[in-house]
Formats: sequence, C-alpha cells, structure tokens
Amino acid sequence: MSPGHYLALSAILFTIGGIGVLVRRNAIVVFMCVELMLNACNLAFVSFSRKQGNLDGQIIAFFVMVVAAAEVVVGLAIIMTIFRTRRSSSVDDANLLKY
Amino acid sequence: MKAEGIQAAAWLLIAFPLLGAAVLLLGGRRTDRWGHLLGVAMSLASFAVGAGMFVQMLGYDDAERRRTLHLWNFFDVGSLHVGMDLLVDPLSISFVLLITGVGSLIHIYSMGYMAHDEDRRRFFAYLNLFVAAMLTLVLGANYVVLFLGWEGVGLASYLLIGFWQFKPTAAVAAKKAFVVNRVGDLGLVTAIMLMFATFNSVDFTTILGTGAEHVGLAAKLTSGTATALGLLLLLGACGKSAQLPLQSWLLDAMEGPTPVSALIHAATMVTAGVYLIVRSAPIFEMSPDAQMVVTIVGAATLLAGAIIGSGKDDIKKALAGSTMSQIGYMTLAAGLGTPGYALAIAHLIAHGFFKAGLFLGAGSVMHATGDDVNMRHYGALRKVMYVTYGTFGLGYLAIIGCPPFSGYFTKDGIIEAAYNKGGTSGAILGTCALVGAGITAYYMSRVMIMTFFGEKRWQEGVHPHESPKVMTIPLILLAVGSVFAGGFLVLGGFSDFLAPVVGTPEEEHFNPVSAPGVATFVLMIVGVAIAWRQYGARPVPLEAPAGSFLTRAARRDLYGDAINESLLMRPGQWLTRLAVWFDNRGVDGAVNGIAAGVGGTSGRIRRIQTGYARSYALSMYLGAAIVVAALLVVNVS
Amino acid sequence: MTTAHVLAGHAGTAHVLAGTVADKQSGEPFFFWLLAIVSVAAALGMIFMRKAVHSAMLLATVMLSLAALYAIQDAPFLAFVQVIVYTGAVLMLFLFVLMLVGVSSTDSLVETLRGQRFWAAVSGIGFIALLGTGFANAALGDSAGLKAANAEHGGNIRGLAYLLFTKYVFAFEATSALLITAALGAMVLAHRERTTPKPTQRSLSVERFRRGAQTGAHPGPLPGPGTYARHNAVDMPALLPDGTPSELSVNPVIAARTDTAHRHTDLRGKTERQALDKDVRAVRTVTETADSEAGAVAETEEVEK
Repeated sequence: MSPGHYLALSAILFTIGGIGVLVRRNAIVVFMCVELMLNACNLAFVSFSRKQGNLDGQIIAFFVMVVAAAEVVVGLAIIMTIFRTRRSSSVDDANLLKY
Repeated sequence: MKAEGIQAAAWLLIAFPLLGAAVLLLGGRRTDRWGHLLGVAMSLASFAVGAGMFVQMLGYDDAERRRTLHLWNFFDVGSLHVGMDLLVDPLSISFVLLITGVGSLIHIYSMGYMAHDEDRRRFFAYLNLFVAAMLTLVLGANYVVLFLGWEGVGLASYLLIGFWQFKPTAAVAAKKAFVVNRVGDLGLVTAIMLMFATFNSVDFTTILGTGAEHVGLAAKLTSGTATALGLLLLLGACGKSAQLPLQSWLLDAMEGPTPVSALIHAATMVTAGVYLIVRSAPIFEMSPDAQMVVTIVGAATLLAGAIIGSGKDDIKKALAGSTMSQIGYMTLAAGLGTPGYALAIAHLIAHGFFKAGLFLGAGSVMHATGDDVNMRHYGALRKVMYVTYGTFGLGYLAIIGCPPFSGYFTKDGIIEAAYNKGGTSGAILGTCALVGAGITAYYMSRVMIMTFFGEKRWQEGVHPHESPKVMTIPLILLAVGSVFAGGFLVLGGFSDFLAPVVGTPEEEHFNPVSAPGVATFVLMIVGVAIAWRQYGARPVPLEAPAGSFLTRAARRDLYGDAINESLLMRPGQWLTRLAVWFDNRGVDGAVNGIAAGVGGTSGRIRRIQTGYARSYALSMYLGAAIVVAALLVVNVS
Repeated sequence: MTTAHVLAGHAGTAHVLAGTVADKQSGEPFFFWLLAIVSVAAALGMIFMRKAVHSAMLLATVMLSLAALYAIQDAPFLAFVQVIVYTGAVLMLFLFVLMLVGVSSTDSLVETLRGQRFWAAVSGIGFIALLGTGFANAALGDSAGLKAANAEHGGNIRGLAYLLFTKYVFAFEATSALLITAALGAMVLAHRERTTPKPTQRSLSVERFRRGAQTGAHPGPLPGPGTYARHNAVDMPALLPDGTPSELSVNPVIAARTDTAHRHTDLRGKTERQALDKDVRAVRTVTETADSEAGAVAETEEVEK
C-alpha cells in the first residue's frame, strides 16, 4: 500500500473529527472528536515514518499521545467542574463570555 | 558716517519716554502723585536731547549730516542681518523736534486737562509710550526698526483712543483703529518681505542709498517691483495716515481724550505715513505709476476729508475731517516727487503746530462747556475765553492759508507744485487741491463762527470760563508756531536743509503772486464768505436741519463705514458663517461620521462574538482551510 | 507487523493496490481496506450517534482499527501504546466522566446555531478536497520501509528508545513536566473546597426526622425494589404489605423510562395495569400460602403442646 492510501484515510478521519467538533453540543463528545483528530494525525505521522524509513515520525506520534493523555485529564476535569456548577455539559450553555 | 557728540546719545531720545512709561506703568498707584510731572519731564528731556542734536547737526556740512548709530544686533537669521540702528539726518531730526516739541506742549496741557481724571498717571504713561514709539519710528535706520516703532505707535494709539474704555463707543473706536491699522500694517510687512527678497536687506543705507543721489539698490529696481513695493508702502501709509480707503478709524478715534486727538491724530502719528513715503522716495521715484496712485489717494482724501469736515457738528470730528484733508495735501505733495517732498514735510510741521493748537483749543472749549462737543451748543465764547479765542483764531488763519500765516506758505506751495507737475494730471490734481483749500476755508470758518461768534446757545447750567494757565500757555506757544512756522520754514530754506535727504527741487524760490496763489486766496475769501452767510449772518439752529444730500453724506463720513460694512464686514460674516457651517458639517461631520461609522461597524462586528465555542471553532476551521488553500496555491503554482 | 502477520491470511487480490512498496507485506491491502472502512464507518457513527456512550464505544472501535493500522506499518510499539493508553485508559476516563455526568443524557438533534451545520459541511468538504488535492499533487513516491531502521538498534522498541533518550531527550523531559502539570491541574480542578462542616451521622439523622415531622416525608430508608420477589429486574416495584406497588421503590431514573411496562408485557400482560394485577395476585397467593402454612405450623405446635 502506498503512503497515499494511509494519508487519505488520515485526512478523512481528521475531517470527520472536525465536523464532529462543529456539530456536536455535548462537551464530552466534542472532546472525543478532538481525540479522533489527534489520532488521524498520528496515523499520518506513522505513515510518513514508514515512507521516510526512519523512526522520528513514530516518536512524534508518541509525544502526541502523551500530550493527548494530559489534555484529556485536564479537559475532562474542566468539563466536570462546569457540569458541577451548571448542571450541563453542553458547550452551547457556556456562552456568557460574549458581546 | 558714525554719530558723534550728543548725536551718539540719540538712543536717549527713545530711552527717556520709554523709561517714563515703564516707571509709570510698573510703579502703580505709588506714582499717582507725581506721575504726570515725570511724564512731562521725560518728554522735555527728550526734546532737550533732540534740540542739542539739531544744533550739532547745523554745525556740519550738508554731506556730513547723515549719521548712523549702531546700538546692538537686533537679530540675525540666515542672510537677514537686522541691527538696532538709529539714523540721524535732517528728515528724522525734523520729526524728532516736531514730536518732542509739540508732544511736550501737549504733555504740559494734559496736566491741566486731565487734572481731574483718576487715571491721569496711566494717561501720561501712554503718552510717553507713544512718544517713544514715534521716535523709534522716525529714528530707525532700517525698515524693521521703523516697523517696531510703527507697531508701537499703533499700540499706543489703541490704548489712548480706548483710554476711557468704560465708554462702549471708545472701546469700539479703539478696536476699529487697531483693526484698520492692521490692514495697513499688512501692506508694510509685505513690503518689507518683498524688500528682503529683492535686495536681501532691509537697511535704509543699502536700499535707499546715502544722500540725495539715491545710489542705493532701489535705483536698480525694475518698474514692476518698484510699483509693487510702492503700492504696498502706500497701503501701510494709508492705514497710519487715515487716507482713503483706510480713513474710517480717524473720525471714530475722537472718542479719546482731546490731547490724544491733538498729539496722535493731528500732529504726529498720522504723519507717519507721509514720513514713510518721503523716506522711501527712491523707491517711489522708480515707479511713476505708484507716484500717480499716491497723488490720486492724496487728492481724493483731501477733498473727502474737507467735505466730511463741513458736515460735522461735533467740533472734534470737524477737526478730524480737517486732519484727513490736510494729510491728503501732504500725501499729494509726497507723490509729486522731488518738488513736493520738502513741501510735504514743511506742511506737516506747520500743520503739526496749528492743528495741535486747534485741537487743544477745542479741548479748552470742551473743558469750559462741560465736555460738550456739539458746536450748536456753543456761540459767543469769544467774550469769556479770550486766550482760547485768540490762539484758536490764529490757528484758524493758519489753516485756511491766510497770508502771512503758516498755511499760506506751505499749502500754496503744494497747490502750485501740483499745477507745476504739468499735463492733465497736474491740472486735475492742482484743481482738487485748490477746491480743497476753498472748502477748508468754509468749514474752518464754520467752526470758528459757530464756536466763538453769534449769540449764546449754551446748555442749561453751563458757565464757560477760561482754562487754567497750564493749558493756555501751550496754546499760546502753539499759536506762535502756527503764525510763524510756515513762513520760517519756506522762506528760511527748509528745502535746502532737507536737500541731503530728498534732493533739491529745481524751482525753489517762493513766488508770492503766482496765478494759483491768487486763485487760492480768492477761493479762501469765497469760502469764508459762504460760511459767514450761512452761520454768521443768521442764527444757528440748535437742532441740525435735514440738509442736502451732500450734507447728509458728509455727516455719515461719506458712507465710509457703510461701504466697509457692505464690502468687507458682511462678506466676512458670510465667510465666517460658511466656515462655521463647513466646520460643523464638513470637518465635524467627517470626524463624527468616522467615529459613528467605526462605532456602528464595531457594534455589528461585535455580534460575531456570540459566546458559542462552536462558532469560534467553525471560524478556526474555515481559517485552517484557507491556510491550506493558500499553501496549495503557492506550492502548486 | 505482528498483528498484520497474525491476521494475514489471503490478500492476493489486493496485490495491484500495494504497488511497489519496499517493505511490502502480504495481505496488507486487504487489511487496510477492511480497517479503513471500519474506522471511517465508526467515525461517522460516532458523530451521528445521539448517545454519548455509543459515541465512546465507536471511538474505541476507531482507535483499535488505528492500532491495527499502526501495526501493519511497522509500528508495533505505538500499536500497543494505542491500545493500552488510548483505548484502555483515555477512553475509560471518558466513559467514567460520562457516567458521572449522566449516561442517559442524549443530545438534541435540533441545531440551534443558524448555519452551523451547513457551514460545517461546506468547510469539511472543502477541507478534505483541499487535502486531497494536496496529496494528489505531492510526489509521495514509494515507501522506504522501516525494516532497516528497526533493525539498526535491534528492533522497533529499542530503536524508539534510542531516539527518545538521545535525540528527543529534552522533549521527553518536557513531557514529564507536562504530565505532572496535568495531574496537578486535574486535582486542582476537581477539588471542591468545603464551605460548611461535614455532616455527621447524627446530624443527618436529626435532620431526616425533623423534615419528616415538618413535611411528612418518610424518615426511614426507601423500600427496596421488587427484585427477587418475583422478577430479577430492578425496574419492578416492590409490593407493600397491602399488596399495592410502591412507586418509591423504583429508582427514579428507571421510573422515568416510559417503556418499562412494554418490556414486560410478554411476561405480565398487555398493559401495565394488567401486569400489576397479575403481580398482586401472585404475591397474594404466595402470602396466603405462607399464612396458611404458618397457621398450620402454629396449629401443629399447639397440637404438640
């Protein structure tokens, strides 16, 4: 399989994740869509790693995972905090910071 | 040549009155008691220095009489070097003597006239300031120092006309004089700039040359530049000397105390314009057109002033019209070139004496009648005011040109010189001057008859009395000047004295029985006769009759103010309104419009901040897409 | 590598698609297409599912597919990290939070932001078109393969470790700082400052009885559900001694569900009323039997006495 196939798959998944971020209102689902986008990127990294014949791409993917894990921890904590005070996990409900 | 002896102390001339003004203005009420004495002393000290300088000058040969005195460098800007230089020559010394002499007499007179005024000290301070400024004007050795004095004179005149500033009319008159003078100053300033641009100098020596040969840079002028310079200088002269079309301030200036009228608006300040023209003679001689305009202005003003003087019932305004007219004579003479310069200055000096005498006499009359200026309330004053009557009468004989008084010698000379100019223009100018002399005789006789002859028309409670000696002695001295000054100057070789400055007229001997002289005499008799028939032979009504069109026009200053208003003031007001409208709608509109536009746009753009994170995410996503598109465009193409 | 080898069976048909890849692996096209279809379908499902739990499960599917794809592409370490960290830890965290927030919550499908969906679709299509154009234009060429790179340090994991602790050691250290920061951040965010003293057992009890005296609320614990009485489902209400069902005995969350009756119609009757009657009858039968037995026992005891 040429790297192009993997990259196309990566692009499709990334776009799906992006659309999910835009259309879903549940903060947790939005967050999952973000994770999907990160994973799509990882796939591209791994494919490029294979294409180039060195392991640097895999290292970057590894770092992405680490950062994503940290992000999930903090992000979910924030979602929990918001839910605790507002009884809602909809991103549309947290809209007081506006004009 | 450098000044020596007393002339090296020429700066004292200016310093004395300036010191007096400074002490009196800064000293405040502490100087109230002796302030007027200081003012008189300073003026007299100045006169003493001037007299000393004059005597010293008489000891020199003609060629050595022009002396300069460098005090300090006024300023150096680029190639413009202006020194605080004084010039002592026959022309300036003549003015110095007139200013300090007549000025001192008026100072002395004012001690009596202003005795009961609370602000007498301030009055003397202003008088001193005026004398200092006027001396700076005539002593300056370049146009910038001259302009310094010129502006000082304008300031002093403003302060003195508005001396009784609690009277709205006085305040308005002061403002009017100031504004009209500024118009003339504009001409002078522009002329100085043009001189600097043309000659790269503003110095008299450089521009006008030394001596009567006029070998300065002015001799190399093209006629166009010379005409421009001449007309600009004439504009300046018109402003200061109340010549048409800038004459309107002089009549209103009579709101000031009478000594002010005598000093500033008769004897000295208004002669500054004549001085400027005579001093700048080399420039005018390069441009016959400018000289022609000068003569036309002079002739028109002398007739207009005479007509205005004939229609006024206010004694001071009648005399003010007369002043306009007499200065018109001088301007006319100055415009005639070399033959006229000496005559102009001679008439100026003679006029300084008799007009000051007349004004001070009028002041004496007013003093006697409780500051009433309406001549219809006078009459028969000769019986109670002998000295005033006598001195006023001598001044009257001098101004109407009755031989052998001053005016006869100087005015006839001007009329004759106008005819001698030759050609149509000479005939017209001469005839104007001749007619003016007739009208002069008429209106002065009118003043004389209405004031001192006829029956009493005094107001209730008015008990006329002679003025104190401090006022009558200056009157007597001025009357002596009125009688003898003209003859002394004309017969005593004044034109020779001035020759080193203004050149020697070709025909200088005085001809007592020329055709114009006879005609003038006849017209004078006619004028006096008409005035007697109208005011002497029949009683003078207390209320002024409606009068003919000419009378009504004269009462309204020949519609000078109306013309100014309709030509200058109204369009100015419209222009201002237009500017205000433009400012409100245009400038403010643009500024406010931009502000409102920014505000409105921001108010709408603000709505983009919906607070929905998903909207922001969408814009980020679109932005990312655009970035990718841009990268593609760059990379693919 | 490993997964691919294990799963590799028959992939000859995909030979054409494989092209001339240097590290060509047998069966790769088959598994690629399989996993690609699965992952895209799961991803689409994830964004269209109304329930967050379903989305989470579908995300797990995507992640597992990606793990397999990593494995195919000679990245075994990442494949296992993907499974362990993502699917195992991160997703479990998601599910945990979902349970806290409310597993039953569903998203309304009505879009409230005007034009949001339209523009999301437009930008999504545009974005993927742009990416596609970019890939199409890029001269990707053939894959170099990782065999040599993996072999250099004696395997994929050793190779990664070598890079991680040499070339990327500073990034690695920075990552550790990031993780500590994230842990602290999570603690700070989750921490709740107590503003009132913690209620004791005694104070809770006093409060319960006071409320009962004031409002008539039941001071004791709620009755348990009818579980084991006749059915083994928690949505069955318990029967009170008089035979009537107790509404209080059913969990409010479950009670709110409207389909309780329908799910048990086959067992108990066509309507809820019928089911209830049936239950009541059955319970009565049992109690009466017990009563009679108890009566019999008592009689027996009396007889024995």
